[in-house]
Amino acid sequence: MNPVYIAGAGMTCFGRSEWPLMQLASVASLAALKHANLGDIPVDGVVVANMGAARVNKQTALGSALVDQLALYPAAAESVENGPASGASAVKVGFQAIASGMADVVLVTGVERMRVVNGLEGTDFVASLSHPVAEYIYGVTLPSLAGMFARLVMDKFGVERKHLAMVAIKNHANGAKNPYAHIQQTVTMEGILTLPEAAVNNPPIAEPLHMFDCCPVSDGAASVVLVSEAVAAKLGGPKVRIAGIGQATDTHAVHEREDPTDLKAVRIAAAKAFDRAGLKPGDVDVAELHDAFTILEIAESEASGFFPRGEGHKALERGETQLDGSLPINPSGGLKAKGHPVGATGVAQLVELTWQLRGECAARQVKDAKVAYACNFGGFGNNVVASVLQREA
Amino acid sequence: MGNISDLEALLRPPAMDMPVYPPKAITLASGETMVVRQATREEVPTLLEALYPLLWVERDFYDIVAARLFAELLAFKRYRVKDEYVLVGLIDGELAGLVNGRLVDHKTGMSYHTLTVRRGLRVGSHLFAAKMEYHIEHCQQEEILIVAESPIGFRRWMIEYPLEKRYEVQHELGGVPSWVLPKDVYLAAKPRLVAGHRPVSDELMKSAATIVLPGDETVVRQVAGEKEEES
Repeated sequence: MNPVYIAGAGMTCFGRSEWPLMQLASVASLAALKHANLGDIPVDGVVVANMGAARVNKQTALGSALVDQLALYPAAAESVENGPASGASAVKVGFQAIASGMADVVLVTGVERMRVVNGLEGTDFVASLSHPVAEYIYGVTLPSLAGMFARLVMDKFGVERKHLAMVAIKNHANGAKNPYAHIQQTVTMEGILTLPEAAVNNPPIAEPLHMFDCCPVSDGAASVVLVSEAVAAKLGGPKVRIAGIGQATDTHAVHEREDPTDLKAVRIAAAKAFDRAGLKPGDVDVAELHDAFTILEIAESEASGFFPRGEGHKALERGETQLDGSLPINPSGGLKAKGHPVGATGVAQLVELTWQLRGECAARQVKDAKVAYACNFGGFGNNVVASVLQREA
Repeated sequence: MGNISDLEALLRPPAMDMPVYPPKAITLASGETMVVRQATREEVPTLLEALYPLLWVERDFYDIVAARLFAELLAFKRYRVKDEYVLVGLIDGELAGLVNGRLVDHKTGMSYHTLTVRRGLRVGSHLFAAKMEYHIEHCQQEEILIVAESPIGFRRWMIEYPLEKRYEVQHELGGVPSWVLPKDVYLAAKPRLVAGHRPVSDELMKSAATIVLPGDETVVRQVAGEKEEES
């Protein structure tokens, strides 16, 4: 495979947007193109990741629409829908196009505008990724799956609600340093867990998960510009290479898994990504994990290979995943604070990591980051894309 | 009433004795402390100043709520609504939100409006709960009539408590028919929704003695959820 580089990265602020879907996608794309500074080098392909536009925005064929919006004709155009893993899947499609030699420059943009519908409809639209006859028809939602998962993990490994709160506190603190984050508000252990007021401040959503254990519903878009080695050499500047991508799947219905607490697809996807990169989890300086629910950051930190199984919460307690720890996790604020516009999330993780590897993250910059890892968790762990990025001198 | 004109006496509604809302302090998710206390008529001009920039914010019906609240506060200041009260939430003295309502009679309360300036910390939820607490626990009323003018309000009041329909009663705010929070439903919801502690320390009360406004731009940015666009 030919090497593939991320030459530019950009995004919109996540939150509740009044902008139409394609305006969000365009603004993020233009930011990434500007960051890449391509000059007169043409864009060969455009890949757009999205999960719900057909349903909530009544728009399809987003790849073609973005090409038109940005006048990038005659670039090839694709749309990728792969649930919450749509973003990293779209990056994989762009990566394959360049690695195979079919293209030199591919723009990958993830976009979602889900605040246009009310909370009930939004929750239902996301729940449509669950198994239609084994889960969805019984009223299963993503928070309910995560709640059951959290209960099992807590019972099995001694994780407590205070650990979940620690994830939220850390990621809100990071999000407060990120001007693109949906929520830029710090929270405290007293305010969300220990004081009597916490019961009102942080109401239950799906026990044992409470409001501050769940990501917000966000609008937003994120983009990366992927280029071949030849184009990267022409552009100069910092070189961030996609060193490895791994993808794996698991059973659609969570209850069919031998051990539902084992995030097997994360484990396999991460192993593949590290193997392809020729690197180990211990080489990673900074990671973005898919913390749609706080419990997932802990579980993914183990399944990705950073900590032994059942010990992610202990690493959290030791402060290892803090911004100044030995392995900062979710310096962007993660899905928890930065927000989770579903189709944009996987791309936004790589935007943050590209900025981190280029040293462009200001107050949330991880010092001397050279290797980065992202886990984009689709379904409830039934389709996972892991990516390893590396900065080259 | 001895020092007002006879005509003013005819225009000014007769007042019931209303207890003063005892201030309380609530620790928010951020760890900040919000003092909830009753606002005086003298403080109304300051509150109007806070509402003014929101008259043009369409998002989440802030324009309607601010405009109606503006009129209700003016009427409160100048004695044109019977038995109205206003509660404010203050963080380090800065206005985080306000609520108002009135007593219809000894048995029934009428909730008017809830407006949050500092969003994302359930300030509105806390202030609405304080309003319900005032009617039921301090004014010893049996029920409060309530309507919502925004989807957020509907979710917070009608669903979270949950309120009961009282469609045969027209709420004073007009619009949709009334819902009601009976005392027993309030008491059942209280552990989930009513927070705070008393007494409030002298130091905290001192910090909440004067209402500080966050500034027009900040108010609008906070309620509209606007951020600096760096891309």
